[in-house]
Amino acid sequence: MKERQLLFITVIGEDKKGIVAKISDYLFKTDINIEDINQRIMGDGYFVMTMLVDIGDSKESMGEIATAVEKIGKDLSVRIQLQHENIFKMMHRI
Amino acid sequence: MTITVEEIYETASMILDQHLDIRTTTVGINLKDCIDSDFEAFRKKVHNRISSFGRRLVTEAEKLEIKYGIPIVNKRISITPVSLIMEPHAIHERFVEMAETIDMAARDAGIDFIGGFGALVEKGMTMSDRVLIDALPDVLSGTERVCSFLNVGSFRAGLNLDAINLIGKMLLETAKKSKNAIGCAKFVVFTNAPQDNPFMAGAFHGVGEGDFTLNIGISGPGVVRAVVEKNRDCDLTGLSEIIKRTVFKITRAGELVGRELAAALEIPFGIVDISLASTTAAGDSVARVIEAFGIEKTGAHGSTLAVALLMDAVKKGGAMASGNVGGLSGTFIPVSEDAGMIEAVMSGALGLDKLEALTAVCSVGLDMFAIPGDVAPETICAIIADELAIGVINNKTTGVRVIPVPGKQAGDIVEFGGLLGSAPVMAVNPFSSADFLKRGGRLPAPVTSMRN
Repeated sequence: MKERQLLFITVIGEDKKGIVAKISDYLFKTDINIEDINQRIMGDGYFVMTMLVDIGDSKESMGEIATAVEKIGKDLSVRIQLQHENIFKMMHRI
Repeated sequence: MTITVEEIYETASMILDQHLDIRTTTVGINLKDCIDSDFEAFRKKVHNRISSFGRRLVTEAEKLEIKYGIPIVNKRISITPVSLIMEPHAIHERFVEMAETIDMAARDAGIDFIGGFGALVEKGMTMSDRVLIDALPDVLSGTERVCSFLNVGSFRAGLNLDAINLIGKMLLETAKKSKNAIGCAKFVVFTNAPQDNPFMAGAFHGVGEGDFTLNIGISGPGVVRAVVEKNRDCDLTGLSEIIKRTVFKITRAGELVGRELAAALEIPFGIVDISLASTTAAGDSVARVIEAFGIEKTGAHGSTLAVALLMDAVKKGGAMASGNVGGLSGTFIPVSEDAGMIEAVMSGALGLDKLEALTAVCSVGLDMFAIPGDVAPETICAIIADELAIGVINNKTTGVRVIPVPGKQAGDIVEFGGLLGSAPVMAVNPFSSADFLKRGGRLPAPVTSMRN
């Protein structure tokens, strides 16, 4: 097993069927483990789901994964972003 | 460590909706060791140094854009002030040839702007400095990517009026030689110029720097505006507090990207410049932040206080977030690159006099504003001298980027296109100070410089 590499996948948009299914299907096929999932309806009405994933075992590069999840987002008419966890640690923790 | 959905959503919204980005990653490159008495060999060394490093910068920056999902808008290079390395070749044609070499190297590296074609002349001018200034109209109009600066004053040295007196004529010539006077947009004249500024057009690699250094400029007027709009009823202390917190977060993103990029390039990390820098994109405007405070239009009475509050809060938030804050670090208020500033000028809320007042509390100065092309060169010099006097006396950086547009009058609009936007042509004071400027010489350093 390679070193853990943790990224957040963020889905923003309207809640609908199949979001988790389509993303997790892709993650399973590309050997990416889901460590945590959370979701909320924000004050401004947006549905937001975050997935903490470990891409350490995957053969896909970060760029390939980002492109793939963005495409899934387009198909579902939601915005999906992939970001390394460090940016959140830096911005939100002292 | 758990990151909450709310925190992730806040970051994602900043990037996706509020234009948060890393505005610039600028590698400073020392060129002093490229100096060669053989001019062709010298040019070749300069080209190779810039182009090979520039390509690495672009590649590594793109990797980090993917990793953190944050756009790195500009990848740029600053170099040792060119007048310094050209001392053995102080001939007009050779300055133009060197500019072409640097321009070509930047293009080969995929770099859109390269800064440092300038001189440090706060106390006096060498032959090389004079030849460089003389060559600037050809350099600024004949090259695409080369940016130029002059530092003509400092807190320690005073203000070199003899150097300022050369600039009016130089800018008018540059304006005539380039389409829509665009060459002038690539030139800034400074006092107290920081040697690690990552922002163009005034970036250069200072003589006190090492061989390489990576400097980062963050941005985010849209992010600050969003948070101000959510807090309409808080008092000034509260407003300062929420801006500080927001700027802390965006500066941390810059610090992270800067450190990782420097490590990937195997060069020292220099500074994070925490300036709020606007762009022409909708919502990415510093003027709109001021207006969100409750000012009807930027330029209205009260705007100077608003800019002062914003500037101070930005600095305090940034200082907590990074161990090495540097460069200009404050708030830019360019006219042509900020939709709110353009609107303020066009509606009559903001004129040159109030803009000068705002620069006394902002981080830089009179930036990217157009004036009629038929103004006297002495008037341009006087506008510059006034602005830089503010910097010398108050021990702060001030700069001027002025564009005299041939054939245009006050009230006309000039389109620069791309990053540079469009600018309403602003009226200048019609009375002359030519006799005052003719005196020349140097404004002595202020008494507050005697600190030893």
